[in-house]
Amino acid sequence: MFDTLSDRFDGIFKRLRGKGRLTDNDVDEVLREIRTALLEADVNVDVARTVVGRIREAAIGAKLSEALDPSQQIVKIVNAELTSILGGQTLKITYASRPPTVVLMAGLQGSGKTTNSAKLARWFKSQGRQPLLVGADLQRPAAVEQLRTLGRQIDVPVFSEASDPVTVATRGLAEARRLGRDVLIVDTAGRLAIDAEMMNQVRLINEAIQPDYTFLVIDAMTGQDAVGVAEAFHETLAIDGVILSKLDGDARGGAALSVKEVIGRTIAFASTGEKLDAFEQFHPDRMASRILGMGDVLTLIEQAEQAFEKDSAEQAAERMMAGEFTLDDFLEQMQQLKKMGPLSGILGMMPGMPKELKGAKISDDDLKPVEAIIRAMTPLERRRPEIINGSRRNRIAAGSGTSVGDINRLVKQFSEMQKMMKRMGGMALGGKKGKRKMGQMLGAGMGAPGGLPPGFPDMPFDQPINR
Amino acid sequence: MAKSRAALVGAFSGVRGRAGITDDTWTELEEALLRADVGVRVTDALLDGLRARVKTKEITEPAALLEALQADMVGHLGGADRSLHFEPGEPDSPNVWLFVGVNGVGKTTTIGKVGAAQRELGRTVLMAAGDTFRAAAAEQLGMWAERSGSELVRGAEGGDPSSVIFDGIERASARGIDLVLADTAGRLHNKTNLMEELRKVRRVAGKGKGRVTETLLVIDATTGQNGLAQAREFGNTTEVTGVVLTKLDGSARGGIVFAIETELGLPVKLVGLGETINDLVEFDPTEFIEALFSE
Repeated sequence: MFDTLSDRFDGIFKRLRGKGRLTDNDVDEVLREIRTALLEADVNVDVARTVVGRIREAAIGAKLSEALDPSQQIVKIVNAELTSILGGQTLKITYASRPPTVVLMAGLQGSGKTTNSAKLARWFKSQGRQPLLVGADLQRPAAVEQLRTLGRQIDVPVFSEASDPVTVATRGLAEARRLGRDVLIVDTAGRLAIDAEMMNQVRLINEAIQPDYTFLVIDAMTGQDAVGVAEAFHETLAIDGVILSKLDGDARGGAALSVKEVIGRTIAFASTGEKLDAFEQFHPDRMASRILGMGDVLTLIEQAEQAFEKDSAEQAAERMMAGEFTLDDFLEQMQQLKKMGPLSGILGMMPGMPKELKGAKISDDDLKPVEAIIRAMTPLERRRPEIINGSRRNRIAAGSGTSVGDINRLVKQFSEMQKMMKRMGGMALGGKKGKRKMGQMLGAGMGAPGGLPPGFPDMPFDQPINR
Repeated sequence: MAKSRAALVGAFSGVRGRAGITDDTWTELEEALLRADVGVRVTDALLDGLRARVKTKEITEPAALLEALQADMVGHLGGADRSLHFEPGEPDSPNVWLFVGVNGVGKTTTIGKVGAAQRELGRTVLMAAGDTFRAAAAEQLGMWAERSGSELVRGAEGGDPSSVIFDGIERASARGIDLVLADTAGRLHNKTNLMEELRKVRRVAGKGKGRVTETLLVIDATTGQNGLAQAREFGNTTEVTGVVLTKLDGSARGGIVFAIETELGLPVKLVGLGETINDLVEFDPTEFIEALFSE
């Protein structure tokens, strides 16, 4: 599928890493990649242009931070920009003083209006309300049947009748008053935004029931057209909030950004699964990094900044440069890594991480055998694993509860890692300055794209250790 | 589609209005393609090809550039077999067409329309309500069966979709029905367990007397770049033979199917243009490309 923005940044970042500040050309190059990422996430072309423009201004005016390298800072600026577009005020429901509070559901065909009507009803119920659902979609065959079935599942009554949508909605309102239900949710027929007749019908429903809230349901997989759709509905109905559906798919969901940017209405809820309780209030910050495809790289940078003790990291880095990185250092790095949170989460956040690993189910337990093996070694063995012979191997295996094969694998992979580090060290080492930079990478730049952080093992995953 | 041709001129009035090919020309072409959901990578590839031809002075006029772009795109869609495969066989061995796709793209509606069209061709049709998940999906399919004069086989809500479809095929076989149209529940392609269920549906559909001669992936024209992932995953799981592009009567252009066809080799076979039973047409590459750029 798409390269994530992190993957694409890898190349640029590698080149920029040594630079103290970015030139205009560097900024342009990074911004081009950001634009591509936004477009691949289905952010509207015009919206992408405005957003990138704003990011450029912010990037040029930004004060350079010492903790992050310049390109990382741009990522931070981008993330802040997207989060602020997506965020803003959260929608707080004010219930009508004279119940019921009337909610109108609108959206294109297949966006998930009926399902989300039921999910919203369930949400209101969880807020202590007593909703009534109204099935005013008389267009799609069996839409009302679907709503009734869902209503039964969440124990919410459903009103509908075979007349016309406006009458159904009006009678539904009267029914809610009669039954003393305090929230009314009206599901309408899906329509294509350009269909004047259907838009007119929803306008009539809107006039007849005077909703307190009108929600627009938008499919997270929607492409460029999301803007046109949102504008058309907003013009006709005055949208109060957006429900983003099917967010449990793997679409980046740039439509959310476009819609928010053009109609300026809060994304109130996100639908995150097929079950009726998979419905939650929207988190702008998570969405921003999803659109960018950055995983949660910023979170990772922050966590790394906090959790890593810089001194030990820098010492390790220096030893590494000199080719003196030992299994002890390795163990130490592993401990540091664990402080940053669950391993599976960290892997997901890591830019440059092979895709197979990102989805892999890895628990902290998977690191335990590696830890056990190293702990079962003598200090000398940890410093010079090449002395580990047959009898030592048997002892370590017995001591760590693993097999001789596991020991071999670990030692072999470690020595390969050491070789790689020596090569890296040789390249980066331009005297003191180079060392300093490697230290920074370890200390603050866990999120530095370009691959695994030094000291992070790749061994437990490509060949699971038998226990 | 005549109006789209007129609009095409409108969409590129900037390009045509200039005396020569400038940076703005390229920006406008790029944005028009992106706006149609063709996608960044495909757009870049198309424009890179044209840039080379402009550089060698093979193309010098804006009008010629536009023509070349369209011709290129139509060319990429040339030569595909877009027919719906129906292979006559023994009376007890029906053709089976399976419909798959994510939620809400219009699978059930498409089956209704395909059923009506096949009935008009004189074939007998049975619809199998393999969407046992969505509430009232079988009712919806039942209405289409009635409208099109097809038979319906359904199972219990929440039942096993493979066995509903298998039963449908057996019934069709017993009664000498020509064609089984099998509905499946919409599912997001990243849900492993649901995709495995679909793999089983596909396998079981080919096990009995029936012959699966089409597996059609239904894609909503409003779909953005995620459409490629959908096509790839459904293709891997169910041996997709073609694409049905639905809801093209809206304002969306459906450009993602250009990427799907050119990158994955899955031909677009049908286009859905509305909500009535006859709003289903064969895919025409030239019209489609022209409409991609309409305003």
